[in-house]
Amino acid sequence: MHNDFHHALVVDNELCYGCTHCMMACPTAAIRIDNGKAVIIDERCIDCGECMKACPVDAIFVEQDDFKKIFEYEYRIAIVPAVFLGQFSKKISVKEIVDAIKETGFTHVFLAEESAEVINEVMLNEYDSDRERPLISPFCPAVVRLIQVKFPGMVENIIPVKTPVDSTAMYVKKYMQDKGLPEKRTGIFYVTPCAAKIAALKSIPEDEIVINGVINMDMLYNKVYHIFKTRKGGNTIEDGSFTGISPKVLKWSLTGGEADNMKGRCLAIDEVHNVTKFLERVEDGDIINVDFLELRACDHGCAGGVLMTENRFLTVERIRTKADRIKEDLPEQPIEKYHGHLKANAGISEIEPRSMFKLDEDMEEAYRKMQRIRHLMCFLPAIDCGACGAPNCQSLAEDVVKGKAHLSNCIFIQRSMEKNRKLSNEHAIRLIEKVWGKDRLDKNCNKKGAENETD
Amino acid sequence: MKFTYTIEGGDFSKAGHASSSVKKVLKQLNVNSKVIKRIVVALYEGEVNVVAHAYRGKIEADINAERIYVRIEDEGPGIPDIGLAMTAGYSTASEKVREMGFGAGMGLPNMKKNTDELKVTSEVDKGTTVEMTTYLK
Ligand SMILES: Nc1ncnc2c1ncn2[C@@H]1O[C@H](COP(=O)(O)OP(=O)(O)OP(=O)(O)O)[C@@H](O)[C@H]1O
Ligand code: SF4
Ligand code: SF4
Ligand SMILES: [Mg+2]
Repeated sequence: MHNDFHHALVVDNELCYGCTHCMMACPTAAIRIDNGKAVIIDERCIDCGECMKACPVDAIFVEQDDFKKIFEYEYRIAIVPAVFLGQFSKKISVKEIVDAIKETGFTHVFLAEESAEVINEVMLNEYDSDRERPLISPFCPAVVRLIQVKFPGMVENIIPVKTPVDSTAMYVKKYMQDKGLPEKRTGIFYVTPCAAKIAALKSIPEDEIVINGVINMDMLYNKVYHIFKTRKGGNTIEDGSFTGISPKVLKWSLTGGEADNMKGRCLAIDEVHNVTKFLERVEDGDIINVDFLELRACDHGCAGGVLMTENRFLTVERIRTKADRIKEDLPEQPIEKYHGHLKANAGISEIEPRSMFKLDEDMEEAYRKMQRIRHLMCFLPAIDCGACGAPNCQSLAEDVVKGKAHLSNCIFIQRSMEKNRKLSNEHAIRLIEKVWGKDRLDKNCNKKGAENETD
Repeated sequence: MKFTYTIEGGDFSKAGHASSSVKKVLKQLNVNSKVIKRIVVALYEGEVNVVAHAYRGKIEADINAERIYVRIEDEGPGIPDIGLAMTAGYSTASEKVREMGFGAGMGLPNMKKNTDELKVTSEVDKGTTVEMTTYLK
């Protein structure tokens, strides 16, 4: 299972009909069409979920563990992000939501951001370090990966600190141990709002793994929603540590959640294209004197996560309302006893660059490839139509030079080859079928928008 | 490989276009990111100087596996005393330019610091040429 760049997004070949929507939406040009199906290139994918949001037939999904796996354990713990609380009407209290989660089978429920206080302190300590500015939060794993592949020169700006989920998981484990519950019979499950969090959790070295499984948030939403819809009486199993959460913890994963609690000039930027554009400018040296950047791949932060069911604007509003209702003086939380332990263990190793741009390790070879790409670009039509199975002409040229595609995949090149009698009609059709699948050009009335459209 | 860009005096919104594009090429060549940063900073300062102080200009970047050579040539007022212009803190920037956050007199010194070889030539009332070479390894 372990792989230091694990991916959680998977294409369902049964459902995919090779429409190019995902390929065109991908912010790192990580998708190609081959044999009529979308293919994700591992080295480029950052697990942001843009492809999943773009797919018209839900052919891209997020892998998860079987829900039944929780019943392999006697103590079944759910670590749930705050945005889950914003999935339900304001009339439903936090306690009711927690109870319903327990009714699905969990024995304990913890909030994923519970350790945000500790993480906040560690990040503030970084201000005294000589780390490159702006400091960048590692909260969103899709952003961390975006920086690794697209802005490798900026990995050093990322504060090497655990994400709240990882730190909370550590707390939960210790808390359960201290309660005398045997580790072997305790299963910790994370309810994820996105693919990026799963990918990151599964990339943690084996010996550091605390979480036993991942449940997609939309799946838990369905279970909990079903309980509310069919509910007869109340049901309380055992009290969790959910009372007395602070507004800061509640809002941590929303846009501004971190930036509002950092020092100096702090900016919060959400949505992967916005983040990319902003980082371009920071990299160009065009934006200076910024101390801290909160960067999130999703619009409105985790409220816009790809596995979120409810509309993100409503989610944000509900969470803010809940946060505003919280009284000033909160009772001491069990996590506070573990503050020192969590803080001492909050560090992670420095993030490594993994540039997706470099054409070759060897600069001379990269130079030769670059020259070839520029030469190929003289012939490609610069229409960026995607009909070659790559998202744009530049990507096709790069693929050709890397030996992964042919110039003749371009349908316009095919045309001029046919004109110059360098390509027969049959051969041209074969080329098209290789990329778009056999029979793709045949009449088919079942496709979307056609006479006998089926769903 | 040669790359050329043009710059319009006064158009600050386009300053950074050449440095950003050169940056992408250097990333593809697997140049060390610290080296890329130096090149980008120097080129950006050069671009801004044309926008801020001259009428129009042309940038030519010539890249091979060993080095990048950049030549920024402009039509403009020229620099009467290059030695003085190279002094840290010296600036003739107008109020308008200063309001935009430029004009600290650090551009040329920064370019000197971030390139391996810098050559500035200028003719008053005609224009200025800046040549920068930086080795990629
Ligand atoms: N291309 C140019 N044409 C005419 N004058 C120039 C040109 N480049 C620089 N100068 C002159 O040299 C001075 C110093 O340039 P330098 O780039 O160091 O500082 P600046 O542009 O004034 O401020 P800063 O670069 O810190 O924003 C400028 O104020 C200007 O008088
Ligand atoms: S967006 Fe189109 S090409 Fe991509 S996975 Fe969905 S159906 Fe396939
Ligand atoms: S913003 Fe939140 S939900 Fe979206 S990818 Fe990042 S961590 Fe996941
Ligand atoms: Mg200047």
